[in-house]
Order: sequence, then C-alpha cells, then structure tokens
Amino acid sequence: MILDGKCPTGPIETSWDRHRFETKLVNPANKRKFKILCVGTGLAGGAAAASLGELGYQVEAFCYQDSARRAHSIAAQGGINAAKNYPNDGDSIYRLFYDTIKGGDFRAREADVWRLAQVSNNIIDQCVAQGVPFARDYAGYLDNRSFGGAQVSRTFYARGQTGQQLLLGAYSALSRQVKAGTVKLYERREMLDLVVVDGVARGITCRNMVTGEIESYWGDAVILATGGYVNVFYLSTNAMGCSVTAAWKAAKKGAYMANPCYTQIHPTCIPQHGEHQSKLTLMSESLRNDGRCWVPKKVDDCEKAPGDIPEEDRDYYLERKYPSFGNLAPRDIASRAAKEQCDDNRGVGPGKRGVYLDYQSAIERVGEDTIRERYGNLFEMYEKITAENAYQQPMRIYPAPHYSMGGLWVDYNCMSNVPGLFVLGEANFSVHGANRLGASALMQGLADGYFVIPYTIAGYLATVKPGEIKDDHAEFKKSAEDVKAQIDQLLSIDGNKTPSELHRELGKVMWEDVGMARSKESLEHALQRIPEIRDDFWNNLKVVGSNEEYNQELENAGRLADFLEFAEVLAKDALHREESCGGHFRTEHQTEDGEAMRNDEDYCYVAAWEFKGAGVEPELHKEPLKFENVKLAVRSYK
Amino acid sequence: MKLKLHVWRQNGPNDKGRLETYEAPDVSPDQSFLEMLDDVNQALAKEGRDIIAFDHDCREGICGMCSQVINGKAHGGQERTTVCQLHMREFNDGDEIYIEPWKAKAFPIIKDLAVDRTGLEKIIQAGGYTSCHTGGVADGNALPIGKEAADYAMDAAECIGCGACVASCPNSSAMLFTSAKVAQLAVLPQGKVEAHRRVMAMTEAAKESDFGNCTNHYECQAACPKGIDVKFIAKLNREYLKALIK
Amino acid sequence: MQLTQSSVGRKIIMAVTGIVLVAFVCVHLLGNTSIFVGADAINAYAQKLHSLGPLVWVFRLVMLAAFVIHIFFGIQLTIENKAATPEANVQVKRQKTGFAAETMVISGLVLLAFVIYHLLHFTVRVTNPEIYVPMGDQGMVDVYYMVVMGFQAVLPVAVYVVAMGFLFLHVSHGFQSFFQTLGLSNDKSLPITMNISKLIAVVLLLGYISIPVLIVAGLVKI
Repeated sequence: MILDGKCPTGPIETSWDRHRFETKLVNPANKRKFKILCVGTGLAGGAAAASLGELGYQVEAFCYQDSARRAHSIAAQGGINAAKNYPNDGDSIYRLFYDTIKGGDFRAREADVWRLAQVSNNIIDQCVAQGVPFARDYAGYLDNRSFGGAQVSRTFYARGQTGQQLLLGAYSALSRQVKAGTVKLYERREMLDLVVVDGVARGITCRNMVTGEIESYWGDAVILATGGYVNVFYLSTNAMGCSVTAAWKAAKKGAYMANPCYTQIHPTCIPQHGEHQSKLTLMSESLRNDGRCWVPKKVDDCEKAPGDIPEEDRDYYLERKYPSFGNLAPRDIASRAAKEQCDDNRGVGPGKRGVYLDYQSAIERVGEDTIRERYGNLFEMYEKITAENAYQQPMRIYPAPHYSMGGLWVDYNCMSNVPGLFVLGEANFSVHGANRLGASALMQGLADGYFVIPYTIAGYLATVKPGEIKDDHAEFKKSAEDVKAQIDQLLSIDGNKTPSELHRELGKVMWEDVGMARSKESLEHALQRIPEIRDDFWNNLKVVGSNEEYNQELENAGRLADFLEFAEVLAKDALHREESCGGHFRTEHQTEDGEAMRNDEDYCYVAAWEFKGAGVEPELHKEPLKFENVKLAVRSYK
Repeated sequence: MKLKLHVWRQNGPNDKGRLETYEAPDVSPDQSFLEMLDDVNQALAKEGRDIIAFDHDCREGICGMCSQVINGKAHGGQERTTVCQLHMREFNDGDEIYIEPWKAKAFPIIKDLAVDRTGLEKIIQAGGYTSCHTGGVADGNALPIGKEAADYAMDAAECIGCGACVASCPNSSAMLFTSAKVAQLAVLPQGKVEAHRRVMAMTEAAKESDFGNCTNHYECQAACPKGIDVKFIAKLNREYLKALIK
Repeated sequence: MQLTQSSVGRKIIMAVTGIVLVAFVCVHLLGNTSIFVGADAINAYAQKLHSLGPLVWVFRLVMLAAFVIHIFFGIQLTIENKAATPEANVQVKRQKTGFAAETMVISGLVLLAFVIYHLLHFTVRVTNPEIYVPMGDQGMVDVYYMVVMGFQAVLPVAVYVVAMGFLFLHVSHGFQSFFQTLGLSNDKSLPITMNISKLIAVVLLLGYISIPVLIVAGLVKI
C-alpha cells in the first residue's frame, strides 16, 4: 500500500500556517467533553499533556517512573536548536530546515521538517517564559553556541543540562495543570496494550507497577510519546526503563512501524568496562569541539600508555579522512570511523574497543583553565566512571546506541494509520530522516508537544463524538484479559534464564550484526538468531516474584518480549534497505573510500512495516518522499 | 572484591522491615554500585529468591530516581554523587555495607529500597511554575536577565528531585527541595510576578505532605548529589518574609 | 495565622525570640561582670536597674513572653519533626550537623530548668535565704554579698557551670540560625556567621562561668 502523509501542498513557507487555518477547531465549550490519554511525560508527552489540559481537554497522563520529571529527556546535555539568528550569523528558518533535511540524509518529509524549523523559535520563547535558566551573556541576552558541526550558532543551552531544564519546564507546566485539575497523572503505570475498537484507538490497558493491578483507561484520542527503542541493543545510553513496549503494543494493534533500521550511534560515549555493565554513558558531543580523535598507527602500540606514543605514530583519523569537518563530522560518520579503526585492530583500552579523544593540543592552545570552564562537568563525570584524569591523559571513547530516528509512522498531523492514535517525539519517525543532528531531539519533542499536537488533534476530535466508547466496552475487558494472560505466561515458564541474561544475548546479536555497519550476511545471521533467542525466552525464562507486587523482573521480561519481536522487524528493515544512508550503513553500499552510498532511485521512501505476528513476514507499506524545496545531493563532509 | 551487604527488606508500607545479609562474591572496582546490586539480584533470581527492589532509571546521575542510604549516608556520602554514579572502587575487599531506603513519614516504602515520593510532587504542583500559557509569550530576548541572576537560577534549578535532602535531614524536611524551586523562579523576572503566592503555597504543601520543619542542620546540602546550597533556603525565608509583610 | 502555624513562620518566630534572648544574655553578662570591678560597681548597677521602676516590669514581661513563646514553638516544632521521621535507619551518619544542633530541645529544656533555679536563687530568693542582706531603704539587697555568698558551695557552682555548657551549645547553633532563618545569609556569609556564632557562645560560656568559678576559687571575696 502507498501511504499518504497528508502533507499540505503549495509553497512550503506558508504550509503550516495554511494547514492550521484549514484544520477544524473544537468549540471551547466542547473541549472539556473530550478525554485525551497521553502516555509518556518526557518533553513531547509532558508538553502535550500540559498544553492540551490548558486548552480545556480532560487529559490523563501516564508514566512508568515515580514522577513525570524523570523521563529520559532529562539526560540530554548539549542543547536545543532554534532559528532565532540572534548571533546574526546567517541563520534562518530555511537554513535550519535545509540542515535538518541534509543531516537526515534526505530521508525525512520536507513539510514536517519545515514546520519544526518554523516553530523552533516559539519553543525558546515558551521555555524562557517558564523560567528555564538558559545561559546568558553579560548583557543579559540568550547565549548561543555552535553544535554538532553546524556552521551557525543556533544552539541554546543551560550548562550541560539542557534536557533537564527543558523537561523541568514542561514538568512545571504539567504540574500547574494537575493542580488546576485538567490533567490527571498516573505514575508508575506501564502501558501494556492499546485498545482499538473498529479500527479506532479508544484507550489503553496499563499495569499498576506497585500493585500489579491491570487497569483500563478510555480516551477519545491516545497520544504515545514513549521515546525510542535503542535499548534493543541492551547496552545503550537510554535509561534502564526505556523500551519499545508502548509503541510495539500499538504496532501489534495495527500501527505501522516506520524506518526502524534508522538508529543513531553516538560517537562520544564512555567505553564498556566489562561484561556486567548495565548501560553506557554519553558525554556531550561538544567535547569534539576541542578534542582530537586518534588511535595508534601501529597495532603494537595499542597496549602502550598513550603518552608513550610519539606524535608521528598517531593516526588522527577524522582529520585525515574529513579535512574540512575534521573532528566535527556528524555523528554517524564519526561513529563509523571509530568502529573502522577498532575493526582494524587499532582500538585502545579494555577489549580494544575504544579510541582516544585528546585534549593535549587544546590545553596547550587555550590553557587548562579554559578547557575546565568549557567541559569541567564532563571531565568530572568521566573521572567518576573511569577513575582517569582526562586533563593528563586522553579520554577513551567509543560509540554507543543513543537515539532512534525510526518509530511509529505518522502523517503530517502526527496521527498514525490507526485513527485516534497520535505519536510524538522520538516515538514517531517524522523529522530526522536517517540521522538526527545534535540538539534537534529536544527541539522536536517540544515542537510536537507545545505547538503541533494542540492544533492537529482538534482536526481529529472535531470528527468524533466525545465519550462514545468507554471502558465498559467489551474490547477493554478483552484487552485486560490478554495482558493478564501474557503476564501469567511470563511468570509460569519457570526456566533458568533471567530477563537480563536473555536481553544481553539479544543485545550482542543486535550490536554485532545490526549495529553500526550491516551487511546482508550479518542481517541474515541476526534474523536467524533473533527467533532462536525468542524461543529460548518463551521456553527458558525465569521470572521470580508475583504480579501483585513491585516486580522489576516481571517488568523487564515484558519489555524484552516486545524487543524480541521488534528486533526482527528492525533487522528486516535493514536488510530490505539496499542502500546506506545516515545511521543505516550497509557495507555493500559504500563508495571506494568507505562513504555511505544512497540509492535515491529505489529507496527514497519511508518504509512502514505492518506487523503480522511473531515469525510472520511483516508487510511493507511505502510512503514516497518528494523533495521540492531541497535538491537531493550527496551528503559530503569532506 | 568480596563484600557483605546488609540490605533493608520490606514488603510494603505495612510490613515491618528488617535487614537481611547477602554476599557479593565477585565485585569489579569498575562497576557502579547499582551494577553490583544487579549482580546480587541476578544470583538471587537464579536461586528463585525474591530480588531486592530498588528504584533506578537513567543511571547517569540526572533523573533522580535512585535513592539509597548507604552506610548511613544518602547516596553513599560521596560529594556530588548519586548512587548510580557511585563506583565500587570506593569500597575495599571485605567491606560490610548497609543499604537502606529513604526513611521519612512523607516517603512510605513501596518495597525494600523503593519509596513513594509523591509528597515532592505535591510541593511542585502547589506553585513550582510560572503560570504562563502555551504560546502567546514574549520573545526570549525581550527581557534581558543579568548573567548573575541566570547563573543563580541555574544553580538552584540543578535539583534532580531525588529526595536525598529529606532522607538526610534529621527532621525529614523538604526545605532544600522547596527552596531550590522558589529561589530559581524568584530571581527571574518571569517568576517574580507570582513569587509571594508561590512561596506561601509551596511551603504549605510541604507541611501538608508530612515533611518536617527546617531547623538549619545543613545536612541536606552535604547529601545533595547536585550540591544545592542552603543559601537557597535563606532565599526562601527572605521571600517568605516579603510575602508576609507585603 | 500564617506566622504562627506555618513551617517558616514559626521558624521566624523562633529566630526572633531567640535573638532577643541572646541579646538579653549578652547584656546580662555585661552587667554581671561589673562584679569584678567591685562591690560598689555591681550594687550601683543594681541600683540603676531598680530605679527604672515600672520599666523593669515591662522588660521582664517582654523577656518572659519571648522565653515562653520560644519554648512553646521549640517544643511544638520538635514534636512535629520527630513525627516526620517515625523510624530511623539502622545506620545514620551525619555529615554536617553537630551535637549542638541535634540537641537543641534538650539544651533548651535544661536552660529552662536552669532559669527557674536561677530565679529562685537570686531573684525570688527562695533557695538560699541566708545570702540576702538588706541595703538602703528601697527594699534592695546587697547584690555583691548575695552573689559571692551564693557561690561559696560547690554544688550551685557546678549547676551554673553545667548550665552554661548547655547555653554554649544552644547559642552556638542558635545565633547563626537567626541569620539563615531571616534570610540574611548566603554561601559566603554562612561559614562566617557560623564561626561568629561559636565565638559568641564561647564568650558567653567563659564570661558566665568565670563569676562562680572565680568566687568559689576564692579570687573574688567579701
């Protein structure tokens, strides 16, 4: 089936304004009759719940943490982009639009990206009004920095904790609505099913993570803002609780999963130290502004202390390969380059999976104090984890799974192919194409939540009767029974493998075969291994405890069950996409000097997969991508 | 390393808790404290025994979910460090470690080391925001904010809401938590407008949520993994006085 | 309402009444040390106070009010604070606070008991009727004689010295607390006020115990 993204036609500059005008409104007096469920309280979900509550809808918001303030948006460090052009350095909405399209390797929808660039400015204003303490200069105006290789300074930041501050801003807006009674918060709830009646999303089924109770909630629309799925790799920079579960439950009820193979591997993470590691820690990309990446030229030197390796025996591989961007090459490129060096057996540190990020020349150039001022908190964090002082010896870094550009398919209104189901933020696929630029994730989450969904959801609600189907409908009962049945099944296997053991196994396969570089062979291997692990899971899993308590093993088992189905679709998507683009690199499709080679002729489309059951071939639906304002070009950072 | 752990086990708010002893036989100094507990839990699960429940999420010291009192100190007492960022190299082979939950009337125990921190939510809901509407706000640069004020607000805003201040306070007071938000917003022009109402409402909410009163022990600052300064409590008091005499 | 019921309001009341009491204790010490100048000096000081007439009673009432309010809210807040932590952990290690701050209610109650004894000793003149010798025709007594005779035995001296130890503890936390509570401190000033607080507490301690100790040691005599 060919999917229609329902993008406005005509001049792109006015597309969002025209669309807003053409979208139906809900009468203010009628708004309170509609109930909207919002799953996830990160930047997208928190902002959406707060904004919709303020508009007068009845909102119920859900999160698995003990507080809405803990969503993983909080961990973003670097900053948030906006086309304000405060520094007068040539930025514009068009340039942000263009950079985002190009950065995404021409695999995103033009209209969505334009809208994002356009509302980016409102986000900054909104956050300032909420009391977000952005960095300011001595005149009292907002400070900007350049980030992630952008050639203009358009990134707003709040020390190294921009995500935290923006999330706390959204959380405060949400808290205000909770107090006002327009939003009802349900913490420590995990969504375990989407209730669909006659093809329309009508509610969700949740597990109360404290009591184990299975609860039904009805809504006239359901919003999923449940983040990304890179924990499918087991080790990632995501929080421990991040999972594909909510999105996958929707996929199992008919929502299409788009471009799952677009995963971002972040280049500046702290390398793995051992087998028992639970997660990887990211350090801001800004580190590459002053640090130089290198590995020893000779394999024999890898065991030596870095200080003992003379300058001429060091390979500054990014500067060598990309003379004009050097150490500031985009994430996907920098990550792949690091992997190549390690595959060449020239990695450093434990297991030789690491490269050096060296500040020596920067310290010589600007002094240690300046470096401390710029990156002090990151150096501190690095030392806490590794017990190494990065002022005296180079940091060791290695790429780690970080963000998923893919996600549930949505149209221009952020509505999935299941009417009434809206998907926001990282959970949808819409604006980042095949690769996300630094400081764009926060922008998207808040754009969707504050400035897109409040308009577009009205267009849908204006067509439905409020409260038509409530939780007394038979479908809710059935959903609750299904959820309960799966929990009982997980608890009754009583095998000998714990969820994290099995998750680690899956992660290993995904990282080796579906990680930074993929080939037909590796993907086929993964597609053989994933069902094996899945069988192992359903036959040998051991979950201790019961459902009727706070049971973290049970939570993990449930999430892993979904990862095990989803991973197969991810690998299938990667296998089907016979090209390299952005975060998806197929070794068969590269230029002579190892650069990604896109195939615009055959693959300039969104691949949306319809799940048909575990082990059954999913059905591919395509949404062709049209580029009318940007010319398709080879993405070169040489 | 080999360690002996004394861990607080409690099945719910009404259960009488107790310390139980576990061995951590093979601990790597590079592991984080929570990864060490993961290993203990894996071993328990393998034996079919109930695992130790503890809250955690981001494991990079920013979400504020992890909450353990280690050897009598919230987050283990290392300066500016959450439990998830505490590494095992801080301990020695053969150490005995006491692991207990946040204990306060305002934080009922859910299970073992996990507690219910809804009280902190109530404080924010009472007024920890500016009442601005989505959309329709002024340009971000319309009101210049001095760098000093911006930095001061940021210092306060670093609070991660973990509750270590409450757990370490001899009075179980949430004053540092409350003051961080009051001070952040009071110093910014956007928040100043509602400063009087906010400080009254937030301190009242803290009282209603069963938190104790501040008697200037300053334990909270020592325990805070983000180093939030008690000067913000002084600021809150100042704001309170202003609101009182206005 | 706000002031007498809220958490911060009552804390402010504690601070203000506390500082009034500290001020009194300081002035009281200054007056008392005139004993070292001689019998005439301290009797003249007593005479001067006596001559103020009704003002003395106003002053006494203010002090009594401050004292009662301070004690009332101190106890009330302490009960609330204890209730906020129904069960402590097995291991509790404090990092910043100290013995003085943690025992405010105890040192406070000891001081209450001491003040009652002190009033019975020198003001209401119940405990040691033998030490009062009339002086002049205004119904006054020889204060110098009273004080010196009052500290001839070791027991009252010991009571005073111990009580002043508690005063030291109470003031060393209480004085700096005043600044924090009224919002008069920040990160730079707080360590300084904490030191000043200890200094004042030490001065009060040494100043006050010097009187009974020097008397019982025989260095100040009739």
